[in-house]
Amino acid sequence: MLADYALLLVGAVLVNNFVLVQFLGLCPFMGVSNKLETAMGMSAATTFVLTLASVCSYLTYNYLLVPLELAYLRTISFILVIAVVVQFTEMVVRKSSPLLHRVLGVYLPLITTNCAVLGVALLNINKSHSFTQSLFYGFGAAVGFSLVLVLFAAMRERLTVADVPEPFQGAAIGMVTAGLASLAFMGFAGLV
Amino acid sequence: MKFIHNIHGGIHPPEEKALSRPGTVLDAGLPNTLILPLSQHIGAPAEPVVAVGDTVLGGQLVAQATGNVSAGVHAPTSGTITDILMHAVPHPSGLDNHCIVITPDGQDRWQTLVGISDFREIEPSALVDSIHAAGIAGLGGAGFPTATKVLARAGIAIDTLLINGTECEPYITADDTLMQTNARAVVEGAEILAYIVGAQTILYGVEDNKPAALNAMQQAVTALGNGEHREVLTFPTKYPSGGEKQLIEILTGKQVPSGGLPADVGIVCQNPGTAVAVRDAIIDGKPLTDRIVTLTGRALSQPGNYRVRLGTPVSHLLEQANFNPGKKQRLIHGGPMMGFALASTSVPIIKTTNCILAPTAEELPEPPPAQACIRCGLCAEACPASLLPQQLYWYARAKDQEQLEKHHIFDCIECGACSWVCPSHIPLVQYYRAAKANIHETRQERQRSDRSKARFEARQARVEREAAEREAKRAARKAAAQQKAATADGEDPVQAAIARAKAKKAQATLNGESD
Amino acid sequence: MTELVYQYPLIAALTALLALGLIFGALLGFASVRFRTEGNPLADQINELLPQTQCGQCGYPGCRPYAQAIADGDAINKCPPGGQETIDSLADLLDVEAEPLDAEHGAEKEPRVAFIREDECIGCTKCIQACPVDAILGAAKHMHTVIADECTGCDLCIEPCPVDCIDMVARRSGISHWHWPMPTASGGALDIIASDQEAA
Repeated sequence: MLADYALLLVGAVLVNNFVLVQFLGLCPFMGVSNKLETAMGMSAATTFVLTLASVCSYLTYNYLLVPLELAYLRTISFILVIAVVVQFTEMVVRKSSPLLHRVLGVYLPLITTNCAVLGVALLNINKSHSFTQSLFYGFGAAVGFSLVLVLFAAMRERLTVADVPEPFQGAAIGMVTAGLASLAFMGFAGLV
Repeated sequence: MKFIHNIHGGIHPPEEKALSRPGTVLDAGLPNTLILPLSQHIGAPAEPVVAVGDTVLGGQLVAQATGNVSAGVHAPTSGTITDILMHAVPHPSGLDNHCIVITPDGQDRWQTLVGISDFREIEPSALVDSIHAAGIAGLGGAGFPTATKVLARAGIAIDTLLINGTECEPYITADDTLMQTNARAVVEGAEILAYIVGAQTILYGVEDNKPAALNAMQQAVTALGNGEHREVLTFPTKYPSGGEKQLIEILTGKQVPSGGLPADVGIVCQNPGTAVAVRDAIIDGKPLTDRIVTLTGRALSQPGNYRVRLGTPVSHLLEQANFNPGKKQRLIHGGPMMGFALASTSVPIIKTTNCILAPTAEELPEPPPAQACIRCGLCAEACPASLLPQQLYWYARAKDQEQLEKHHIFDCIECGACSWVCPSHIPLVQYYRAAKANIHETRQERQRSDRSKARFEARQARVEREAAEREAKRAARKAAAQQKAATADGEDPVQAAIARAKAKKAQATLNGESD
Repeated sequence: MTELVYQYPLIAALTALLALGLIFGALLGFASVRFRTEGNPLADQINELLPQTQCGQCGYPGCRPYAQAIADGDAINKCPPGGQETIDSLADLLDVEAEPLDAEHGAEKEPRVAFIREDECIGCTKCIQACPVDAILGAAKHMHTVIADECTGCDLCIEPCPVDCIDMVARRSGISHWHWPMPTASGGALDIIASDQEAA
């Protein structure tokens, strides 16, 4: 029983990592990974949003849409749920750390359009996950996202001070690094 | 036999010690002029207490210490004060600094020196005062005022005195020579210092490439026979074992905490030359006026260790050692690892001059141009402070002060081991020196701007308050005037004033016309 | 209920969405009250980084107004006394690009302090009134002098002086302020061509 959840987690974090294997959520991945602290703030925000949105989506789907045979409305309602959760998160962030709010800037409300969040919500439905499974899946996706974001931010910080040839400076070398990291994560294939 | 520890990293550059024939002290004699910089130590410069034209005796105070971290300067011989001016001094910048110039009269008359026969009868604080009065600063190269270093600090107990006879830098043999020729004075000085700081144990550290010095020290310590807790320890030669923190780790296994001082682990470290200076000051009453300087390098035909009066111009010494300058000849103040090049030979020998190195171009070639860092990590292997020089290099280049402090840049002892091993010949230590200076500057600027902000806001508040007071007074005046007008017989005071003025003017014109 | 749904699926869908919207709206409304923020602490953080010379070269009457402007989105490269270092630390704080100093607002000069030539001072107090940090000591018809430690080098006292007796002198000079320069890319060994040498 517990093993199932563990496997679900490992699968979401490493094997089918949402960013580097499934290529979802690339916008904040490239946009917020310039500094380690910003990345950590962003991953905390996204974890919060993902887990909460995953649960809320599950509840909305199973207790509102399905009984009323409105399953076809899931995309719209999930987007609604996610937008609300993100808005809520933004308020919390602005209150607790105005600097993080200013630094994350437009990327905080853009979590709404983060395809990883919507992806998790929809995948939960596709895979017919139970409540606990949805929770773990959402949390695992968030942990995977955070892991990759933090790793990538640390690498980009080093790249900023390194001797990169001019044509490659900035986003270019970032993309190359992301590609190599993606290759590395494909090594997990077959683990679960 | 005490267990010797090892430090992380370190390098083994060619020693070149035999070149300067350690064990013999030659006399450099009296030069024609003595230039005494007012700042030969860490801390505030000394202030002159003599004037141009004064006659001074040897040992006389010519500049007094200012403040808590400072040291005085004494005349090394009798003569006249010829000048107090800005003169070239040994400093990596090549800039001038305030100096007192003495022209010796050749007679070498000294003022009466009063010593103490048994120092244990005197209070340690009085001995510290004597050390302060003798103008003693650390002779190992840094020049920290000794009196300040041995001053007891509340809550800090010292249990061990370490005499640093390591002299790990290549070429330099001044301490080696001192220990070989005057081991007894070193031990006596150490006993005085241990008494002052309250240390029970004295450890003498001598690297194993100095067997004669080791022998001499061993004999002196046994002869003076203060029993246990007095040990002469030897350890394998490695650069930079002579760094204070490194030596402490080697001999005691203790590590000085990051950003801390040896006193934090109950240890005080002193150079043997400083110990001898302390002994001379206390027992003979003689202030610090001379030291042993190694003159070495293959551009000199007579390298050796010379006893030199402070203030002797380097040119005088180079004559004594038969200097044959080559093309692009460099003169290095200090050793090849931590020394700096001198801009002119007119600079004087100061308290921190342990060596003048005159290498030929083949002996010590100019460093090749730096190439790109290949991230080999040899620098991290060599660092005796267990830092990450490669990261410090990248962050120093990127001017990332936050990361530099996170990587403990201020724990770097600037020994140069990392630059020495770098296959790309990157001058790493210079990056760290520049970075440290920039961080200090930023901190200072930040303090300044905080102060300015406070003053500005105080001024804003004052101006607003004054404006408010003026406004209040004006309003009060107006209210009072209105009150007055109200209590008067309905007359408008303004109209009344105008009428009075008109009357006065009419009167004036009347008077004027009538004249 | 379910019959209604079968008969009018559109109504059901709309009702469901409306219900969702109302619930979430209520949640957000509650949150907006609970997590209200006051003031603009970001402007304070920016102000901490500015050099506080209050000189006005950025176009704003002092450092605090400029800090507020930056918080509202103005460019960060308008402060000459702060120089490139201040621009870099502002860029770090706000996670934006660090641009070079805007030449329109002045050039970066070495830090300076004012110095009054006392022989010529007439004691008019005009400079005292102009100084934004009260760094000039003096009174009417008495000698004026600049407290060098407090002077920010803002130049605001130069103009009001009727006898033009104030000089700006370099603050950091001499052997005590010298420090090792950052090595050039070639490590210094190839700096024999004068035009390749960088100022120490």
